[in-house]
Amino acid sequence: MWEYANPKRFMGWTAPVLPWAFGLSAVCLTIGLIWGFFFTPDDFRQGSTVKIIYLHVPSALMAINAWVMMLVASLIWLVRRHHVSALAAKAAAPVGVAMTLVALATGAIWGQPMWGTYWAWDPRLTSFLILFLFYLGYMALWAAIEDPDTAADLTSVLCIVGSVFAFLSRYAVNFWNQGLHQGASLSLDKEKNVADVFYQPLLFAIGGFVILFFALVLLRTRTEIRKRRIGALQRREG
Amino acid sequence: MIPLLRRDLMLATRAGGGFGLALVFFLIVIVLVPFGVGPETDILSRIAPGILWVAALLAALLSLDRIFALDHEDGTLTLIATAPVPLETVAVAKSLVHWITTGLPLTIAAPFLGVLLQLDPAGFAAVAGSLLLGTPALSVIGTFGAALTVGVRRGGLLLSLLVLPLYVPTLIFGAEVARRGVAELELTTPLLMLAGITAGAVALLPFATAAVLRMNLR
Repeated sequence: MWEYANPKRFMGWTAPVLPWAFGLSAVCLTIGLIWGFFFTPDDFRQGSTVKIIYLHVPSALMAINAWVMMLVASLIWLVRRHHVSALAAKAAAPVGVAMTLVALATGAIWGQPMWGTYWAWDPRLTSFLILFLFYLGYMALWAAIEDPDTAADLTSVLCIVGSVFAFLSRYAVNFWNQGLHQGASLSLDKEKNVADVFYQPLLFAIGGFVILFFALVLLRTRTEIRKRRIGALQRREG
Repeated sequence: MIPLLRRDLMLATRAGGGFGLALVFFLIVIVLVPFGVGPETDILSRIAPGILWVAALLAALLSLDRIFALDHEDGTLTLIATAPVPLETVAVAKSLVHWITTGLPLTIAAPFLGVLLQLDPAGFAAVAGSLLLGTPALSVIGTFGAALTVGVRRGGLLLSLLVLPLYVPTLIFGAEVARRGVAELELTTPLLMLAGITAGAVALLPFATAAVLRMNLR
């Protein structure tokens, strides 16, 4: 498995995969969003605002999973010194921060008619804001350090320590304030509390977001590898 | 470790060491708050525990970039790294000095400055106690942040950006202990959580700090 992460092999297998990944993501998102926006009924209490779920839930999901992916990639970098792994973590951060912003923004837009406020210091909202700050710090550290290997080392440690503290913050804010936000609507093991009409297009939207994230990270990792190669060439040519 | 402690303490307290700056900063922030929110007694006394905590946190943040930056600039840090002391011990010593020069004076000063904010005298013990318990965590986390940014020139702003999100759990539980203490409510849970965070941070973060220092000095 590790040989696919060799930079040359990585460039080799990602080149044909990328267009398919983007295409599949576009198909899933088109189906999920058009079905969700135009062919599902309005909710009897929330009206048409319920439809923001097709953007809010997948982006929130990916915002957290992007950080988890960065954590795994950071661990792999620290253990195996796999350069592609470090670059993948670097590449995932801006995508993750975009997902976090989308989740916060769609949540605010939905919150105004439903809760009567754009923002409440609810545990989930607050945790997301803190996650956003963690992303910013992580990206700022990458940008500040010139030597790429040192930068990869330091950001990896920051990602690991940050994960512990992000986890602590999640429980701290739970303790700190009662929430407006509903509990988890989707889970793998419990019974679902989203009606089927909304659930099926939502699955397409989530699938589309997952594949979109995957494709964007691959694309950005390829860019990082190319930047590395240019740097190496420039150093060699003096 | 003891000579290192003595050296750093001496550097911090002699001229140009910046000892007391954090304390003055703390005082100024506390003085500025009533200008910002108005002088009404009931508002001030309600927000006093939280303001004291946030101000203490900012004051602790202010002196973080001195922990390693000066030693790194003149090469002392490389010498310390090659000395027969583990870097983990160095990290602990640096955190301890930071706590003695900021956390401890802030804790002692907090009840007195609380008077300015109309803090209920019943809450003096809770505010000082929560700070005493929480500021070591602030110092240890801050030392980790300072080690991360030691190679970055003018890393002060970056340091704040990295460290402040890490301060969130400590702040939440610390301010909660102070708030409940002032309101004379049950405070066992946040107190234990705060103690747990401090104990965990003091026990584990020096290893991360030492690892980060090694990466930076490579």
